Amino acid sequence: MIGRTPTLLAAWLLLVGLAAQSTANAAGDAKHPQAVDWSFGGPFGTYDRSALRRGFQVYKEVCASCHGLNQIAFRNLAQPGGPEFSEAEVKAIAAEYEVTDGPDDYGDMFERPALPKDRLIEPYPNQKAARAANGGSYPPDLSLITKARSGGPDYIHALLTGYEDAPEGVEMRAGLYYNPYMPGGKIAMPAPLLEDLVEYGDGTSATVEQMSLDVTHFLNWTAEPELEARKKTGTMVLIYLTIFAGLLYFSMRRIWADQH
Amino acid sequence: MSGESTYKPSNGFARWMDTRLPIMRLVHDNITDYPTPKNINYWWTFGGILTFCLVTQIVTGIILAMHYTPHVDHAFNSVEHIMRNVNYGWLIRYIHSNGASMFFLAVYIHIFRGMYYGSYKAPREVLWILGVIIYLLMIAAAFLGYMLPWGQMSLWGATVITNLFGAIPVVGDSLAIWLWGGFSVDNPTLNRFFSLHYLLPFLIFGVVILHIWALHVPGNNNPIGISVKSKQDTVPFHPYITVKDAFSLSIFLILFSYFIFFAPNVLGHADNYIPANPLVTPAHIVPEWYMLPFYAILRAVPDKLGGVILMFSAIFILFLLPWLDTSKVRSARYRPLFRQFFALFIIDCLLLGYLGAMPAEGIYVVLARVGTVYYFAHFLIILPMLGIVEKPKEVPASISASVLGGSAQAAE
Repeated sequence: MIGRTPTLLAAWLLLVGLAAQSTANAAGDAKHPQAVDWSFGGPFGTYDRSALRRGFQVYKEVCASCHGLNQIAFRNLAQPGGPEFSEAEVKAIAAEYEVTDGPDDYGDMFERPALPKDRLIEPYPNQKAARAANGGSYPPDLSLITKARSGGPDYIHALLTGYEDAPEGVEMRAGLYYNPYMPGGKIAMPAPLLEDLVEYGDGTSATVEQMSLDVTHFLNWTAEPELEARKKTGTMVLIYLTIFAGLLYFSMRRIWADQH
Repeated sequence: MSGESTYKPSNGFARWMDTRLPIMRLVHDNITDYPTPKNINYWWTFGGILTFCLVTQIVTGIILAMHYTPHVDHAFNSVEHIMRNVNYGWLIRYIHSNGASMFFLAVYIHIFRGMYYGSYKAPREVLWILGVIIYLLMIAAAFLGYMLPWGQMSLWGATVITNLFGAIPVVGDSLAIWLWGGFSVDNPTLNRFFSLHYLLPFLIFGVVILHIWALHVPGNNNPIGISVKSKQDTVPFHPYITVKDAFSLSIFLILFSYFIFFAPNVLGHADNYIPANPLVTPAHIVPEWYMLPFYAILRAVPDKLGGVILMFSAIFILFLLPWLDTSKVRSARYRPLFRQFFALFIIDCLLLGYLGAMPAEGIYVVLARVGTVYYFAHFLIILPMLGIVEKPKEVPASISASVLGGSAQAAE
């Protein structure tokens, strides 16, 4: 039996892998995104603070005009494992926006500058308004976008940089753009990034590739703000369990010694 | 254990307690001194692992329920609230969501172990049946739980499965409306699914106690499948089996932790991070990996009602397994033909699992039909026939004899 044990176990793991793989591939005919070597990938991955900050700038100056980020509050921008802006910086960022609060003691709603506790400001008051402004398409909230698309951050980066002219024979309705990474090839968002669309404070040159990498980095953080803590804890847990398993193994050998 | 109790109260309080509530006797006879065949291998450690999985799911589930809101407008965001604002909420949720997968991984190993070594044969039929009931309840609990995050797959998975009840003649439509509490999967459905998802684990816990009770009457089966004949054949459960179970669990936990910390979403579907939207149907509606073989069977049949019947039959046929297998020999070690058909059966299940994840079109449907036919043929034709046709190898006289024989073989 000993010899067959690994074989059967391998078969089982294969099942799990196979299922995960096949669900991931279910998206169909779209072009497969190229793998990017993200700093947050791998078991010891961490976010690159400057990339997160640049990515936030791209989001704020480009994406935010159509896409919300409703899971994120300004205060999150200061928390460990994220862009780690200082408290003062976060206050200043929030204060650039107005939010509706109330009702006050007279029953009236009023405007006030946003505070760190507030969520980021939505571009549209509701989904209908969003559709009306975008030719019937709804720009999805981006908080979880890297987790909500198979291919994750690789897909988002490929999509942002993958716009092409439609090939011969593919008919494009007005308001739709050709992108081979999008399932079906047609997307309602025009290519959002253009050379030097933003001016980075740290002197990084704002190429389309760079902005796309940065904003995808940032969006991976909005989807998985716990990533650094998770991987750090996971490493400790695995070390602990390995030692624990070793101790148990030798205890077992010792206890069973009189039976063999 | 049905045998004599070996418990001796060691002091006055224990004697006093023993004549009132003999709980120490119960622990002694069922855990400390429970005689276990000394030759059971690592495949036997999955019972302990499964108990651990159940307790983990209950504990993490209770904590999640403290922060979760079962309402269509709030469910998705309350899960994100757990992930982002609750202390270690991400850990608790990832343990719970990956825990479901790990639970099923362990239960499948446990079931196939039972099939390979003939653990369902007399006198363990009731033990087996209770196990199948637990498995059924697990499927129900997992299905209900998958709806709670209220993502796209939650809504549409629930829609597909509850729609199956609509296929039942005459009462189908009324039954579906009754299940939904409305005319589609909506807030009342989410509410009742949450309520039932909280209930089922405790039912499972109850049946697990019966399952262990039914195990402790005949005692464990073992890799050679012959009954315990003397004390020489067994070891006390503690410390021999407890330490082995603990070692095996620690290895299992390493795999479990890998998924929790380094690949927490690899077993799930990306679409479930999109909030549920009744107006948009996902391109492919797929269940979690552990239900894929049954999903393949469901879609292999062109007729909806027929598909539903076959899918449920695929599970319910397990209840009949003790009587469909006509061979008197328990362990596959001494059944050369059965061993090959067992391997084919596993391949068939894997194939069906793969096909369940593929779109129901073209070659996939054809293969799913072949796989479905073979699945049922294994139970209804192959197993009953094998008992008659097959010539089993010689079975050792006792467990001790096989252990000694084993080492003699190794010396050759």
